Amino acid sequence: MSASASPRREHPRILLLLAPALVALGLLFGGGLLLGLARSFGYMPLLGLTEPNLDAYRALFADGDFLASFALTFYIAFVSTAVSAVLAIGAALILRRSFAGKRAMLFLFQLNITIPHLVGAIGILYLFSQSGAFARLARELGMIAQPADFPALIYDPAAVGIILQYVWKEIPFIGIVVLASLQAIGEDYEAAARSLGAGRWQRFRHVLLPLMAPGVIAASVIVFAFTFGAYEIPALLGQHHPAALPVLAYRLYTDVDLAARPQAMAMAMAITLLCALLIAGYLYVARRWLRWS
Amino acid sequence: MSGGGLRPGQRLWLALLLAWLLLPLLPLLVWSFAKGWHYPQLLPATWSLDAWRYVLAPESQVLQSFGSSILCSASVAVLATLAGVPAGRALGMFEFRGKRLFELLVIAPTIVPGLAVALGLHVIFIRLGLANSLPGVIIVHLIPTLPYMALVMAGVFANYDASYEEQARSLGAGTWAVWRHVVLPAVYPGIIVGALFAFIVSWSQYVMTLLIGGGKVVSVPLLLFNFASAGRNDIAGAISILYIVPGVLIILLSARHLRGVGAMRTYSNP
Repeated sequence: MSASASPRREHPRILLLLAPALVALGLLFGGGLLLGLARSFGYMPLLGLTEPNLDAYRALFADGDFLASFALTFYIAFVSTAVSAVLAIGAALILRRSFAGKRAMLFLFQLNITIPHLVGAIGILYLFSQSGAFARLARELGMIAQPADFPALIYDPAAVGIILQYVWKEIPFIGIVVLASLQAIGEDYEAAARSLGAGRWQRFRHVLLPLMAPGVIAASVIVFAFTFGAYEIPALLGQHHPAALPVLAYRLYTDVDLAARPQAMAMAMAITLLCALLIAGYLYVARRWLRWS
Repeated sequence: MSGGGLRPGQRLWLALLLAWLLLPLLPLLVWSFAKGWHYPQLLPATWSLDAWRYVLAPESQVLQSFGSSILCSASVAVLATLAGVPAGRALGMFEFRGKRLFELLVIAPTIVPGLAVALGLHVIFIRLGLANSLPGVIIVHLIPTLPYMALVMAGVFANYDASYEEQARSLGAGTWAVWRHVVLPAVYPGIIVGALFAFIVSWSQYVMTLLIGGGKVVSVPLLLFNFASAGRNDIAGAISILYIVPGVLIILLSARHLRGVGAMRTYSNP
């Protein structure tokens, strides 16, 4: 393997390998974030605005909408991620066993990994709206007299419809990651624990859970980030006010009042920063927990 | 432990879970064949093919949308592959200065919301004439797909035996011949699966297309959102069913490759 034996000679070649992705991601991702950051400070040299200021951020935090939206967005992302992770672990523990029809079950289990979120959101809308399938079923069973009697699960303050959509979509996503790590572990540790007299709960708590944890943590970080920053699901299923942060940012950006644009940029930066901070905090807690157990 | 089938409780749990995962697709399918399915009817009083006729009519906007979405996502998959395979090789096989920084650049787009990046890019795309155009949308879709492709290929190259390359080189093969006859044959299952899932990631994008396409690029999800929020449930149902077909086919096609490739596909489309 001369590749790793003589790293110096390989350097120009590695740069060549990296160049396309480096240029594309550097310009698009790095450039996009930097331009957004500059505009959030009101810095637009092409318009002659060369004095950076904090006006947009001040306006943002002075407005109660931002905090209400942040609280809602955090609540949606947290509950969706936690519920999906717990149910996904349960599903993976069952699906790792061998049973008749396992291949078909696995196919059905992972089917919606490729189904776009928007399709799931529309399906949830037709199931849970006040004139949807479940409301009709409730009326058939004599539980409600009219649509308004059915609990509001769409456009509602508790964002039930949004959370149901994310849970629907993310159980297989986290589940497949957990299943892969369970299969990689094999059964030796468990057999050893059983031979030492560990019960079912002890085997789960002290053997399986720590071994699954890295996969669960990685997958739930991706899910949390996605549910925190997603637009189309809260745009379709969410109440108008307060709206999820990405919906609010898009509304500000497309506002007829162009003065709102720096505020939209400030909100985009705030979404990015908050998402990064929450994930860093979560990883810190999760790693401490892992080391402690 | 894993032999011997399932207990009744586990069987029930699994049945309920799978029913829940399939449930949201059911009203979409029924709506696509319904005519005026009003509350409180449990099933449509009249069945009809009108929605499907509308969706499949050659002059309707729906087929055009599918055309531009396929063109967009296929181009994105090809571009993400061209840039992602070499990047994955560098990440998976070599140590180099700045590797941690490069990893950060590749992982960050999977965490940072696409909307935030697209808002920053919008003005410069307008200036470059890329806004409101299909090429602009294709370029911006690289932000979620290229990192995915690079991470998948990093995993593939990390488990790849480089000694064959040495043998080929010692027999006088040049760089191109090594790629053509050694590297690509060894990693092509990973490339195929990665590219298929890059296609699906692009195929599912909504807000980046809305913002950069500016309403001029009407991809399938944009059209679907419009029909759904306008209350055309029958047409939204039919478009939804067509819209999920590529993903279902990809799950079926890639099942063969996946056992070897592990859980990498799950990076796509969380």
